[in-house]
Amino acid sequence: MSRNDYEVIIGLEVHSELSTKTKIFCSCPTEFGGAPNTHTCPICMAMPGTLPVLNEKVVEYAVKAGLATNCTISRNSKNDRKNYYYPDLPKSYQISQFDKPLCEEGYVEIDTENGKKKIRLERIHIEEDAGKLNHDDFGGGTLVDLNRAGVPLIEIVSKPDLRSSEEVESYMRKLKSILEYIEVSDCKMQEGSLRADVNVSVHKPGEPLGTRTEMKNMNSFRSIVRAIEYEVERQIDVLEDGGKIEQETLRWDDVSGKTFPMRDKEDAQDYRYFPEPDLVAIKLSEEYIENVKSTLPELPESRKQRYLQEYELTEKDANIITASKYLSDLFESAIKVCNNPKAVNNWIISDISRILNETEMEPISIPFDGNQLGKLVVLIDNGTISSSIGKKVLTELFENPRDPEIIIKEKGWIQISDEGAIKEVVMKILNANPQSVSDFKAGKDKALGFLVGQAMKETKGQANPKMLNEMFLEELKK
Amino acid sequence: MHHHKNKICLRYQRLFNVQKGQSPMDIGKNGQKTKKFGGELMNITELTVHELQEKLKNKEITITDITKAYTERIEEKEKEVGAFVTTLTEQALKQSKEVQAKIESGEIIGEYAGIPIGIKDNICTKGVKTTCSSKMLENFIAPYNATVMEKINNENMINLGKLNMDEFAMGGSTEYSYFKKTRNPWNLNKVPGGSSGGSAAAVASNMVPWALGSDTGGSIRQPASFCGVVGLKPTYGLVSRYGLVAFASSLDQIGPITKDVTDCANLLNLITGHDKKDTTSEDMPKKDYTKCLKNDVKGLKIGVPKEFFGEGINEEVKEALENTIEEYKKMGAEIEEFSLDIAQYALATYYIIACAEASSNLGRFDGIRYGYRTSEFKNLKELYKKSRSEGFGEEVKRRIILGTYVLSSGYYDAYYKKAQQVRTLVMNEFNKAFKNFDVILTPTSPTVAFDIGSKSDNPLEMYLADICTVSVNIAGLPGISIPVGVDKQGMPIGMQLIGNRFQEETILNVAYTMEQKIKFRENYKPSFKGGAK
Repeated sequence: MSRNDYEVIIGLEVHSELSTKTKIFCSCPTEFGGAPNTHTCPICMAMPGTLPVLNEKVVEYAVKAGLATNCTISRNSKNDRKNYYYPDLPKSYQISQFDKPLCEEGYVEIDTENGKKKIRLERIHIEEDAGKLNHDDFGGGTLVDLNRAGVPLIEIVSKPDLRSSEEVESYMRKLKSILEYIEVSDCKMQEGSLRADVNVSVHKPGEPLGTRTEMKNMNSFRSIVRAIEYEVERQIDVLEDGGKIEQETLRWDDVSGKTFPMRDKEDAQDYRYFPEPDLVAIKLSEEYIENVKSTLPELPESRKQRYLQEYELTEKDANIITASKYLSDLFESAIKVCNNPKAVNNWIISDISRILNETEMEPISIPFDGNQLGKLVVLIDNGTISSSIGKKVLTELFENPRDPEIIIKEKGWIQISDEGAIKEVVMKILNANPQSVSDFKAGKDKALGFLVGQAMKETKGQANPKMLNEMFLEELKK
Repeated sequence: MHHHKNKICLRYQRLFNVQKGQSPMDIGKNGQKTKKFGGELMNITELTVHELQEKLKNKEITITDITKAYTERIEEKEKEVGAFVTTLTEQALKQSKEVQAKIESGEIIGEYAGIPIGIKDNICTKGVKTTCSSKMLENFIAPYNATVMEKINNENMINLGKLNMDEFAMGGSTEYSYFKKTRNPWNLNKVPGGSSGGSAAAVASNMVPWALGSDTGGSIRQPASFCGVVGLKPTYGLVSRYGLVAFASSLDQIGPITKDVTDCANLLNLITGHDKKDTTSEDMPKKDYTKCLKNDVKGLKIGVPKEFFGEGINEEVKEALENTIEEYKKMGAEIEEFSLDIAQYALATYYIIACAEASSNLGRFDGIRYGYRTSEFKNLKELYKKSRSEGFGEEVKRRIILGTYVLSSGYYDAYYKKAQQVRTLVMNEFNKAFKNFDVILTPTSPTVAFDIGSKSDNPLEMYLADICTVSVNIAGLPGISIPVGVDKQGMPIGMQLIGNRFQEETILNVAYTMEQKIKFRENYKPSFKGGAK
C-alpha cells in the first residue's frame, strides 16, 4: 500500500483580520502593536454592564468579501455567542455567527495541474478576535494583552474540496489576493492577520470519508504545506498499521516538523451557541448590497486578462503580478509614468521579485511607489542612465526611497552621452589594449565586449553603452 | 363597591389608629425624638419629589435641607432596614452644598438639581463601588457611569448610595445578598421583595425620595408591591441598559421606584431616550410622561386575565384587586375578563431564557481581570473553578448551572429553543389581547411580603413569587405596580397594570387615577414593627 492508494480531503477555515480603523464592537483602534492593553476600553475589556455596538464597516467589508467570492449575501443575519473560558477571551464568549452567517455558498477558482478548479465556500461570517497571552519566561507567569480583543475577523469556511497541499497553497494565495484587492484586509501573515485552521482526512476512494484532524492557527504558506504533508503521511501510517485516526485538534510544530495533540478529550468543548441578545439582527436591503457591489474594484482575474491583451504580458508574468494587489498596483501606476509595460514587467518579475524573496518582504511592504519605478524606467529609456545603473537605483529605492532623478544626481550616476567624452574614453581604452584590437581585427568579435567592459569600468558604468559600442566599432573598422 | 372601599379603610384604622398624614414612626413610640430644623423640616423625607420641588420653588426649603434630612433619616433607619450596600452621606452633604451654591449663583437651573436619589447596586457608578451584592464584586469600582447615571449626574442630582439587592438581581426577597438581608419597613420580620428590595425598602422607609431599580422578571414591581410603593418596568428598549450589570440581556430593564405615580412619570422622563451605546434601545422621540396623568379612565378597556386570579393567589390579594376593579368600573372604565392561557408557561420559559443568558453573561467574572480571585490555585482551571465557586452565592450558581444545562448540545432544542418558541407565543397572545384592551390588570404578586427565611431554602416556591410579573418581561411590555390596600396584617397589596409596547402613558394614567382615589400614601404608613432586637 502506498500514499497513492489514498485520497486526501482538506477543508480550510481561514481567518482574516479586517482592516477597519476601529474594533468590531467598540471604538478602540485596531492597529497592530502598541504597548499591552493600550488599545482597550471598558467594552473590549468586558467590564460588567458594558454592551457591544456593531461596527457597520465590518458588515460592509464582509459583504465585499462575500461578493468577491461569489457568495449569496444574507438579507437577514444575526450574531451569536460562542461560550468558552480562556483568559484571552474577556467576556468568556466570542461574539460570532452561528446559523445565519452574512455570506453563504460561494466559490473561488484556483489553477491546478489539471486546469482550473472551483473550490466551494460554505460560508463567510464575522466575529471578534481574542486577546493575546504573553508567557513570561522569567517566572512572572502569564500576562494578558487585550489590544487584539475585538479586532474584527471574517472566517471563510471552504467545503472539503481541496485534495493536496499544492491546492491548499494555491487556494490560500488566491484568497489572500482577493482580500487584498478589495482592500478589506492587509493579509499580513506574520502579524497573524491571515491564518488558517486546516482540516485533513484520508480515505481510500470508494470507501467512506476518514476521520479528520484539525491543525489550528497556521500562518505561513510554508508551514501549511509542510504540516499537511506530514499529517497525511501520519494518518496513512496509522491506518496502514491497522490503527484509528482520533478526531482531535493538533498543533503544528515548525521546529520538529511534527503535529501534536492540543487538548485532551476530557476538555471537549461545548460552545453553547445562542443568539447574542445584546445586538439587534442584521438586516441588509437590496439597495445596500447593490451599493457595496458597485464599490468592488477590478478583481485579479479580470486584471490578468487585461494585462494579457493590452500589454501582451506572458501568462506566467501576468499571474505573478496580479497575484498581489500591491504588485499589480505598482505595475499600473509605473506604466502610467513611463508608458513602457514590458520594461516595468521585467523590473517586477526579475529584480523586484528577487529582492522580495531575498529579504522575505511581502509586496505590501515595498517602500517605493509606482511613480518612482516609472521614473526609473524613463531615465533608462531616455538614456540618462544605463540599465546597470538602474539596478543600483532600484537598490537605493528599497533602502531609502526618493525620486530616482535625485538619486542619480546625488550619486553622480548620470550617463555620459557626450560624444567627445565617449570618444576620449574609447581612444584611451584602445591605446591601452592593443592586443584586443588585433584580436578583433583577426575576427574575434568577443574582443569588442571586453573593450566595452573596460570602458564601462573606466567610467564607473556611466558611459552610454550603445554609444560606446558604436564608437568602438567605428574606430576598430578604421 | 363602597362597602369594599370602607372595609380597607376600616382595616387601616384598626391597625394603626393614627391620623391621616401622620407617620407612625414619627409618633415616637419608642420614645425616639425626631430632630427639627426650623419647624417643618422633620417632614422633608415624607415628601414626594414633586412636593419637594414645590417647596424648593417657594423657597420654603433649600437643597442642603433636603440632603441633610435624608442623611439623618438614613442614620436613623438604616440600622433597622438595611437597604444600603454603600451609603454616600458625607459625599452627598458636600455635593448638596456645591449644588446649593451653584443654584444661588444662577449656574444651575436644572429641575432636579440637588434632588437625592438611591441607586440599585447593579447600576455602574464611576468611582463608587458597584457590587451587585456579590462577594465577586465586593470591591469593584467601575471606571465609567451607566448611561442612566450620566443622565442623573447631568441633572446635578445627589446619589445617596447604592442599594441592596439579591446577588446579581437573582431572587425575589433580597435574602440572596452577600452582604445583608434588607427588611420590609412595614414589618421588619418580612422580606422587602426582590431583587430591587433595597430600592423599594429605602423609598418606603423615606431614606431616599426615589430610587432606580432593575427588572428582569419582576424585580422592580414585586418589591414595590411588597413595600407599598410605586414601581415601573419600562418597555424593553425604552431605557438604555448600558452600565446595568447584565443578568438576562433580553429581559433586563432599569426603571423607577417612587412614592407616587407622578414621581414615577418624572423619573421615567429622566432616564428614557435612545442610547448609541445600547443598540437594543429604541430610537424614537422623547415623551413627557407627566402629560398623560389625567385622572380619568372613562371608556378605557381594562382586560382582566382570569388565570391571574386563580389557584395560588392569596384570598386577600384577590379581594383587594376585585375592589379595585369595581372602583375602575365606577370610574367609567370597561372591564372584561379574558383568558391568557399561555401565561401558565411563562414562568418556565422565563427561567430557561433568563438562566441561559445569565450563564453566559456571568462568565466574565472569572477572577482574571477584576473581582474576586481565589487565593490559591494550581492551574488555570482551578483558578476559574475556585474563584467562581467561592465568589458566587448558591442561587447564582444554581441559575448558572441551569442556564449552562439548557444551552448544552443535546438539550438546546428541548429547552432553550422551545422556550424561545413559547416566548413568541406569549408575545402573540399579548398582541391579541391588546387589540381588545388598553391595559391588562393583575395582582403584582400572588401574596404579600412573606417572612424572612420562609422561602429562601425552597427555590421553586421563591420562583413562584414571580408568576404574575415574568410574562411582562418575556413579552417586553411595560408594567407598573401600585399599592391598592393592605391585608389584615397591614402588609401592602400591589396591583399590576400591563400596557402595550411603549404605551407607558396609558398604564401611568390608569395607575394615577386609582392612586388619586385610594390615596394609599396618605392612608397607610409603614410601621417598622418587629425585627431582630
